[in-house]
Amino acid sequence: MPKLNSAAELEKFRKDLLSKRDPNKPCITLCSGTACHATHSEKVAAAIEQEIEKQGLTAEVDFRRTGCHGFCEKGPIVVIYPEEICYLQVTAEDIPEITSQTLKEKKVVDRLLYVDPTTGEKATLESDIPFYKNQERIILSFNTRIDPKSIEDYLAIGGYQALAKALFEMTPEQVIGEVKAANLRGRGGAGFPAGIKWEAARKTQGELKYVIVNCDEGDPGAYMDRSLMEGNPHSVLEGLMIGAYAIGSREGYVYIRQEYPLAVENLTIALTQAEEYGLLGDKILGSGFNFKVKVHRGAGAFVCGEETSLLRSLEGKPGEPRARPPYPAVKGLWEKPTNINNVETWANVPLIINKGSAAFTSIGTDGSKGTKIFSLVGKVNNTGLVEVPMGVTLRDIIYKIGGGIPGGKRFKAVQTGGPSGGCIPEQYLDIKVDFDELKKVGAIMGSGGMIVMDEDTCMVDVARYFLNFLTGESCGKCSPCREGIRQMLKILTKISEGKGREGDIELLEELGETTRDASLCALGGTAPNPVLNTIRYFRDEYEAHIKEKRCPAYVCKDLISYYIDPEKCQACLSCLRKCPSEAIAGGKNQIHVIDQDKCIKCGTCFEVCPSRFRAVKKISGEPVPPPIPEEARIIVRERKKK
Amino acid sequence: MDKDKIDKIIEKYPSDPSSLIQILLEIQSENHWLPKEAIERVSEKLQVPLNRIQHIATFYKAFSLVPKGRHEIHVCVGTACHVRGAQRVLDRVQDLTGISPGETDLDMKFSLETVNCLGCCALGPVMVVDGEYHGKMAPAKSEEVLKAVE
Repeated sequence: MPKLNSAAELEKFRKDLLSKRDPNKPCITLCSGTACHATHSEKVAAAIEQEIEKQGLTAEVDFRRTGCHGFCEKGPIVVIYPEEICYLQVTAEDIPEITSQTLKEKKVVDRLLYVDPTTGEKATLESDIPFYKNQERIILSFNTRIDPKSIEDYLAIGGYQALAKALFEMTPEQVIGEVKAANLRGRGGAGFPAGIKWEAARKTQGELKYVIVNCDEGDPGAYMDRSLMEGNPHSVLEGLMIGAYAIGSREGYVYIRQEYPLAVENLTIALTQAEEYGLLGDKILGSGFNFKVKVHRGAGAFVCGEETSLLRSLEGKPGEPRARPPYPAVKGLWEKPTNINNVETWANVPLIINKGSAAFTSIGTDGSKGTKIFSLVGKVNNTGLVEVPMGVTLRDIIYKIGGGIPGGKRFKAVQTGGPSGGCIPEQYLDIKVDFDELKKVGAIMGSGGMIVMDEDTCMVDVARYFLNFLTGESCGKCSPCREGIRQMLKILTKISEGKGREGDIELLEELGETTRDASLCALGGTAPNPVLNTIRYFRDEYEAHIKEKRCPAYVCKDLISYYIDPEKCQACLSCLRKCPSEAIAGGKNQIHVIDQDKCIKCGTCFEVCPSRFRAVKKISGEPVPPPIPEEARIIVRERKKK
Repeated sequence: MDKDKIDKIIEKYPSDPSSLIQILLEIQSENHWLPKEAIERVSEKLQVPLNRIQHIATFYKAFSLVPKGRHEIHVCVGTACHVRGAQRVLDRVQDLTGISPGETDLDMKFSLETVNCLGCCALGPVMVVDGEYHGKMAPAKSEEVLKAVE
């Protein structure tokens, strides 16, 4: 491999690379993100390699494993270029047919195409699928075009061009000016303008300064940063290097969750390759800029996503936060000026430098520019990663891209911002998604988790869920957070067990406000949000739990009972056989009855009851009807005999 | 865990206290838990007091100070899995194995852990047994998965 010693050499290398690549040569690509991995994309990959060889196509067809395509619901995803034919839910068994039909004969395999569930229409191209069509994929689009383990792939699509531009055509001040003009706000959640942060770090006196990538993506239900790091690590790295140049840093860290092994692997490969090409190390591209990067794996602590905790963790200590100011820009890692940004923020930087701040600000709302990646999950038809311009409505994301709620259920709320965020009810579905609008309705943008909830989701249970999560993650250093969360959780647990008392809601509000105001770091400061916000919009659900001992969504175990409707039961034995606590009495041709004393409320009977009968019901807030007498249960058999 | 293996891991990192978490992570992933002799060796080599290692090993969730069972079960309890019924899956798994999250059974067959999000939300609820992902779980289905394990 060549060591690139100047911007001109980089450009020449890129040109040589492109001249060797025929854009019309057939290329079969396979999504190799973690979600597709879980649906056995590795077996598909092995089958592709085997089949290409078997059918004698090794010289004519390229095979590329790419980063996450985002449509995780339908993985593993195979896209065939140059036509861009997209096949979904591909298994190893489909590969011989794809190879002989599509790669050899240029024929489309119909049964693997996307079928629109409402119109029944098929989509051949990825860009025709509504999930993709309604997005504006700028950052994520690179994921599908490159092999994250190949720096040449990244260079071929213009990689490190922005770095060269910054190093040779711009002063550090100009770089900061551009990022400020772009009004790039931190994608990690708080939305603080990155340019202002950079400027503060640049202005602080100090020989040694640090830049850090925060890839400690801890919000449950959010995996944007992982997919970027796995799918396009060089873009994050390039952004980091531009930032380092602007701030005057020569050492960087990537703090990455150890739960993301593939991201660690791809990043480590990227670092080695960048070094080999002279894009990392001393005198980068022959300039005076020296920079090195170390990878630090996080060991499983949610609080380490908070910047001061992250710094402590990098120093090899327990990740406990400290009060700010001083901000990391003044006193950060080992007391040195430090700048921390989230993965997605860094990945935006090369785009801004390449295309200029004006192009970046042409997308978005007044206060929030550019695009944002969300992980759209929960009770939604098209689970996956979604990139949209700032300012689209929640309704468009959930219905146009997400395809609505499965099973004809009713939408209840969408949760954004993870454990620090809030649930947004139906009446606000038309608000524009940006940093400021979401705050107005009591939620936050957060890092980009978007969890859709339907009528079967209990909001008291959701609040309890988040507090249970936070109780385990609070570091325990300051008491408002440690004790406040614990007490709120206790009350919420009692409410969900049917032991709630009058005044509990007010007590929760009071505790929540104190925890919010008195906690040391953002974890405690935002911890009451899920509680306060669900009380604000779903107070009636809290009241039903407390006053009527009823869970309107039939979720809270202690408030519901399972009951078999004797009119509907066909004595099929399904539930009786599967019941783990042997609580169901009955037999062949004998109506089944649940012994309420033995029932552990696992819900298995409800699940296995054939949908043509739907005899098992959930009851809440009212007594279970008494079992019908033994004699009456046999009627079914007589009727069946007729 | 023998001394040579521990030393080899320690030598891979610069010998300063900031390497501590990285070294412990590697021992954990190699050995599935942090035995006493490993912690003592790390303390000696890096010149970090034992109580600080203890603090780190208990603060971060990735570490275990007790041995793990032959099969590791991870039930995802991320928000997306939660709204799709992960709690009922977890209840059933606890019932079947007789252990709570963080525990290992007496036969050393199963260790059970919950994880906050595996990022496979499309497959939720998700359960991982010995690294293999099982998606769209339901209580009854989790029973089948566990019964298929040795």
